Amino acid sequence: MDIYLLEAVVNGVLLGGVLALLALGLNLIFGVIDVVWIAYADLVMCGMYGVYWLHAYFGWPLALACVAAIVGVALLGLLVHVLIIAPVLGSAPINQLLATGGLLYFLQSFATLLFGTDFRNIGVRLPVIELGDIFISYARLIAFAAALLGATALYLFLKRSYLGTAIRAISQDREIMGLMGVDQRRIYLITSAIGGALAGLAACLLALQYDVHPFIGNTFGPLTFMICVLGGLGNMLGGFIAAFIISQIIAIGGYYSSTELSYVLAFTLFIVLMIARPRGILAR
Amino acid sequence: MRAWHPAALVGLAALVAFPFVVPVYFLHMLIQILLWGFVYTAWSLMGRFGFVSLGHGAFMGIGAYVPALLWNYEGVTPWLSIPLSMLLSALLAVVIGYPCFRLKVVGHYFALVTLALGQVVMLTIVAARDITGGSLGMTQKLAGHSWYALQFPEKGYFYGVALVVWLGGLAAWRWLDRGVGREALEAISEDEEAAAAVGIDVMREKLRVTVVSAVLTALGGALYVQYLMYLNPETVSGISVSLQIVFAAIAGGMYTPLGPTVGALLTIALTEGLRVWFGTSFVGAANTIYGILLVLFIIFMPRGILGLRETWRARRARAATLISAGS
Repeated sequence: MDIYLLEAVVNGVLLGGVLALLALGLNLIFGVIDVVWIAYADLVMCGMYGVYWLHAYFGWPLALACVAAIVGVALLGLLVHVLIIAPVLGSAPINQLLATGGLLYFLQSFATLLFGTDFRNIGVRLPVIELGDIFISYARLIAFAAALLGATALYLFLKRSYLGTAIRAISQDREIMGLMGVDQRRIYLITSAIGGALAGLAACLLALQYDVHPFIGNTFGPLTFMICVLGGLGNMLGGFIAAFIISQIIAIGGYYSSTELSYVLAFTLFIVLMIARPRGILAR
Repeated sequence: MRAWHPAALVGLAALVAFPFVVPVYFLHMLIQILLWGFVYTAWSLMGRFGFVSLGHGAFMGIGAYVPALLWNYEGVTPWLSIPLSMLLSALLAVVIGYPCFRLKVVGHYFALVTLALGQVVMLTIVAARDITGGSLGMTQKLAGHSWYALQFPEKGYFYGVALVVWLGGLAAWRWLDRGVGREALEAISEDEEAAAAVGIDVMREKLRVTVVSAVLTALGGALYVQYLMYLNPETVSGISVSLQIVFAAIAGGMYTPLGPTVGALLTIALTEGLRVWFGTSFVGAANTIYGILLVLFIIFMPRGILGLRETWRARRARAATLISAGS
């Protein structure tokens, strides 16, 4: 097997981890609140700016900056729910989608207004590991490991804790759970905060590998939706698997042709699968 | 044919007289308002029935790039290539629309499919950077003042072109509303199965409105870049363009024929106003305000500005009937 192809595959797997994390966050929100946050990847952008300013500008230690970014984006998630989602919970789904579309527009433009369109790097250079003839960047390995840890933590929280059980239950039947004494409003707030925290974690991991700029959300946002929809919106396992399928298409496609064409391929596949299997690849 | 409303006649006369009286700067604004108003109208043809497309940038991109590429590399006149690009858009609309409608991909699933479609077209344009110039964009070869090349350094000519297609867009709206078309589509957007049960050809109605919307959007995109003489994948078919279309149409009110044009007037006046007010140092100020307004509109007045007027009118009419019933 071609060594560069192998490298592309490995990098694809590593990227898949971070995409899976993003997809989990978006899926959680969709599954529980039944709203698609179009601006989800732009929350990641906010988190990346947070890490950049705290670490590269104010000189906070990286770990502290990351924790602050996670907490910050979690709060942002809460705000998004209270200010934008809560007022339109009763409207048509498409209106909810468009309201978060407005948020996307706002966040991107506001970031442009505040920071300009410069690409900013947090200036952390991590070593590259040589494994045989393959070069793997340390940053990607960390991102992959942390993403898997985050996903596992979320899984355990949802499966083992009382609150997690309530969250899962409400995604199955929101009317009955109200009668069972679960405060729907509170669960929605907690879910939004967790979704935000996951976006914050993804932001920290992506900040290690990519420069931050106001439109970076456009790079990951559409991919994240695709992954969620492919996996079946609200289906965590499906989203997890789909993240790796998509990241492989992009990595291998990028190896054989250009990055743009591999995205074109991924989006086309998405359209075809959306039409052929609208409930996701794992749907029966 | 029903009699023309006097206000409509006065408005039309004013629009025809404009290029002879207003300064060039305002003419430039008016051309943009008419062309964007036309695109927003085209989008609303679908949007008002609940088929929300987040990928109209795809059709704009085809309309913009096909004629420009054919002109630059083959010297084909836009009079042939623009209809060709409209045909291609219609084809794309059918290729996407038919399976979506057949398999009942609706609501936000439809929105996400069209979002991906817009990305496919935009990234294809970027990927073909050898001929399109990629994300740096491209310019058409200059031909001076030429009907053959559809290039007019003098803005008055383009104003005329823009006015004609804009009126064409309104005519398309009325044409679609004619007969049972509108009732059928409204029934479909309420309850598809019930509509099919009473004998409405759901597929045909949906496809018809989608294809008309796509074709007109392509025409709008073609004329827009023919006017600006510059094309860029982000500005003709990026996500932000697709969202801008949705926003303006909603803000103006997508349920009335003039609503989308009001949206164009509003957004362009806002952009220009902020540009003049703040200068160019505040890149993004206008879009920041759009974003906030879009959220506010969705929450507080999803029927838009002209929709508000309709609501008032309905309320007044109801009050009037109550009064007359009481006396």
